[in-house]
Amino acid sequence: MDALWLRANVIKTVRDFFWERGFLEVETPLLIPANAPEEHINPIITLPSWQLQTSPEICMKRLLCSGHQKLFQISRCWRSNERGSRHLSEFTMLEWYRAGCDYQTLMTDCEELLQYVAASCRPDSHCFVRNSAQISPFTPWQRITVQEAFLRFGQVDVWDCLRKGLYEDILTAVIEPALAGFGSPVILMDYPVELAALARVKPDNRDLAERFELYVGGLELANGFSELNDPHEQRRRFEEANCSRRNAGEEELPLPEPFLHTLATMPESAGIALGVDRLVMLTAGVDTIDEVVAFTPEEL
Amino acid sequence: MYTVADLKKGLKIILDGDPYLVVAFDFVKPGKGQALYRTKMRNMINGSLLDRTYRSGESFEPASMEERTMEYLYKEGEHYTFMDQQTYEQVVMEEETLGDAKNYLLENLKVEVMLFGEKAIGISLPNFVNLRVSATEPWAKGDTSGNDSKPATVETGYVLRVPPFIEEGELIVIDTRTGEYSTRVKG
Repeated sequence: MDALWLRANVIKTVRDFFWERGFLEVETPLLIPANAPEEHINPIITLPSWQLQTSPEICMKRLLCSGHQKLFQISRCWRSNERGSRHLSEFTMLEWYRAGCDYQTLMTDCEELLQYVAASCRPDSHCFVRNSAQISPFTPWQRITVQEAFLRFGQVDVWDCLRKGLYEDILTAVIEPALAGFGSPVILMDYPVELAALARVKPDNRDLAERFELYVGGLELANGFSELNDPHEQRRRFEEANCSRRNAGEEELPLPEPFLHTLATMPESAGIALGVDRLVMLTAGVDTIDEVVAFTPEEL
Repeated sequence: MYTVADLKKGLKIILDGDPYLVVAFDFVKPGKGQALYRTKMRNMINGSLLDRTYRSGESFEPASMEERTMEYLYKEGEHYTFMDQQTYEQVVMEEETLGDAKNYLLENLKVEVMLFGEKAIGISLPNFVNLRVSATEPWAKGDTSGNDSKPATVETGYVLRVPPFIEEGELIVIDTRTGEYSTRVKG
């Protein structure tokens, strides 16, 4: 099938999935005064005090604060200077949020969503494809902690890698290729707290955050967590991110103040972001993001 | 200076004093993590391949290359001499650097010489060159062996396969990108 038809079909299927489950589809502003400051994410700043969203999370969490229980949004996001075989500076993100739940519920959502998309968009095989390998969302998914993955696939300690600045190298050169060998999606969970700017820490282990990443065929597809709703801790983490940015010679970013002011009223909740372009890549079985968009920036 | 954001296939940079051509590039960035810029580069002088990974904040010196039209003059042992017709400046290149290009070098052929500083590091040839066949077996009429080509030596000493009807002394067109016979020059 033509890639654009497949793309449209995947997006429609995702939308059907959430509508059937009673989620409210929302549209929040794409141009905002402040994103959540992160050490390694650079927003595109269009006007002196306005940025394009790097994710809709700030606005969606404010909707949780005003009482909405189940929300989803499919929107464009922008991150400066990100371009590779799996990255575009402008890309399409699916985010969904649930009040009264933690990250375990989101993992179940992921299982159901991927099964729903595979069954509807790959009616013959019910499988996704990455590097010619078939990945079935219908065989049981493994859930592996980050530390377990580093020990098992890299024979290294994740804390040690973080200290030595080797975390990204090991993750992309060793762990992700190992995850590509699984015939079903894999969930990598319980990240060191320093890698989870907006996630809640685990009640029984203050060094870990309730964050997980979904991998399909070794491709990182989604990132979800139990949301932090402590405004003081959230402000401290934003300031820490800005401090790291300053030390790395990056500009500091403004804080989303209205979000911080309402955060105390946010119920216990969980939220997740999933790369729609990558979901289309996996459904189409293609290697690069270029093959699933109407135009790449280089073609404009 | 280039930054990591400029990295892409085809970029030429200087590394440890040598010019390198980026032949493969990918941007990887694990969720919430630091970006890594994975490159594969070819040394433009000796052809060796190198894998390097860079991070945000690193920078590179551009390798400025100059291409000049020069004429091939002569060969002495393994050294090939070219001359710029405007400035009469001459450069010498080793046979090893020239690679397959040496097969098509006939005196007075105009080529593009790639210069890195003072050093000539390669040439680009026209896509097609005309060369005269200096030796080939005559076409035996009634040959039933079924061969649709035969070897021929051209005036530069290069040997290639040509159709059976090509005769000694004929001018033929060779595709320098593949090294293969293309057509016969009539007349």
